[in-house]
Amino acid sequence: MPVEISRRTVLITAGAVTAVAAVPVTWTVIEGAAPPPAGSSTAEVTLTVNGTVHRRTVEARVTLLDALREQLGLTGTKKGCDRGECGACTVIVDGNRIKSCLTLAVMRDGSEVTTVEGLADGDDLHPMQEAFIEHDAFQCGFCTSGQLMSAVALVEEGHAGSAEEIREWMSGNLCRCGCYPGIVAAVGEASR
Amino acid sequence: MGRLSGMRPFTYVRATAVRDAVAGVADHPGATFVSGGTDLLNLMKDSAQIHEHVVDINALPLATIDIQPGGPARIGAVARMRDVAEHPAVRSTLPVLAEALLGSASPQVRNMASIGGNLLQRTRCGYFRDAGTPCNKREPGSGCPALTGENRWHAVLGGSEHCIAVHPSDLAVALLALDATVISTGPDCERRTPLNEFYLLPGQTPDRENVLNHGELIVGVEVPTTPLAARSRYLKVRDRATFEFAVVSVAAAVELRGRQVQDVRLAFGGIATRPWRAFAAEDALRGRELTDDVLVAAAAEVVRGATPREQNAFKTELAQRATVDVLRALR
Repeated sequence: MPVEISRRTVLITAGAVTAVAAVPVTWTVIEGAAPPPAGSSTAEVTLTVNGTVHRRTVEARVTLLDALREQLGLTGTKKGCDRGECGACTVIVDGNRIKSCLTLAVMRDGSEVTTVEGLADGDDLHPMQEAFIEHDAFQCGFCTSGQLMSAVALVEEGHAGSAEEIREWMSGNLCRCGCYPGIVAAVGEASR
Repeated sequence: MGRLSGMRPFTYVRATAVRDAVAGVADHPGATFVSGGTDLLNLMKDSAQIHEHVVDINALPLATIDIQPGGPARIGAVARMRDVAEHPAVRSTLPVLAEALLGSASPQVRNMASIGGNLLQRTRCGYFRDAGTPCNKREPGSGCPALTGENRWHAVLGGSEHCIAVHPSDLAVALLALDATVISTGPDCERRTPLNEFYLLPGQTPDRENVLNHGELIVGVEVPTTPLAARSRYLKVRDRATFEFAVVSVAAAVELRGRQVQDVRLAFGGIATRPWRAFAAEDALRGRELTDDVLVAAAAEVVRGATPREQNAFKTELAQRATVDVLRALR
């Protein structure tokens, strides 16, 4: 049975631990204000990834990307540039596509995450995956999981109206093999 | 756990009240706020910025976009770029703002990045981002390699012998043309700063980029919704058609009476060390008809006094052509 843990619980736990360890902190006095909660270098984080609840202790400095790959073993999400430029790490968090290298796992506590592993239904591929195969929308495949996640979100957002619009709204995903024509065709087909 | 992203360890807390967030940073010299994280995390990965404590402000009640008829638009600091760009009232009453946001970054980043964070993003200057090179902005007194080095991206206006890095925000340029005000809260004060007074010239202290004190938090921006604002455009000139920073950008707002310019705002990105308002060019347009001759003369005022460097001299010409183009679309 999955254990529920709220954001409040994390903060209280973190605050309690630090209060013991670091007493001599003087906070700026603001009338009526209690000392703000102190921080912690680790936190328990709950992520619902592709429908499965995961609870892990993570270092505050761990990105969502590293948490998915290194701690949850979900290596379908790729680390390309790790600077938000290539889009290989794109995942969908609470309905929005984001670059998982540019956010901390602790910042996403309580979120629902969909990764490329969550697209297919068993052996039945997602229509976007089928369309990518149909249109040769990849060669080496390294950018593909990010392309797929971005494409699925793009259709949901309503930005698949034309090839030009698809190109603009896929601009956050780079493909060094140059499969852009196939990607645009695949996204267009899957959106229909 | 191996293969981390290179960030040094820090403590983290999620603030649930503005005063907690402010106190959490103000009392800790090595602390910073995080909202979107899209700029901060890269800077921390590259050790261009090092923080021992990070205060997450995303849970603060600062995500609202409030535009009432007849009143100013109030946009909360943690409203996302996407949400502001898509807001119907923003699109109709402040078109330059929506255009500047949609021309920024990528769809994924616009889903993450916040309005306050965008205004506080750091320069893209490669020397600043490369902790292995000197940079007066990152390490005061260490020198500025850009003056005689790679300076194609750098400023031709507002620079000093200490720094010629450009401010990268499209949003700030649009807000400057819209006479926006930044609302901030510090440990001891709450204040309103016109955006035109918010950013500092580098001078001898390029490490200081704006008027905010340590621990002072942007809580929102206020934007007048005027007839001037409703006739506004953003033109962004860049090396790629999309997902690229501006080489030159211009935000323009024009209010006409008949064929004559009643009022006008011109603000620029890509050419200056801070979002740059072209007052002299505006003066050259007020009361005039927007004929090509008038446009060309006003555009010359934009770059009067510019200091081009080896690789960025083209910007003085490009900025003038961009000025003429955007004003032609508004006459």
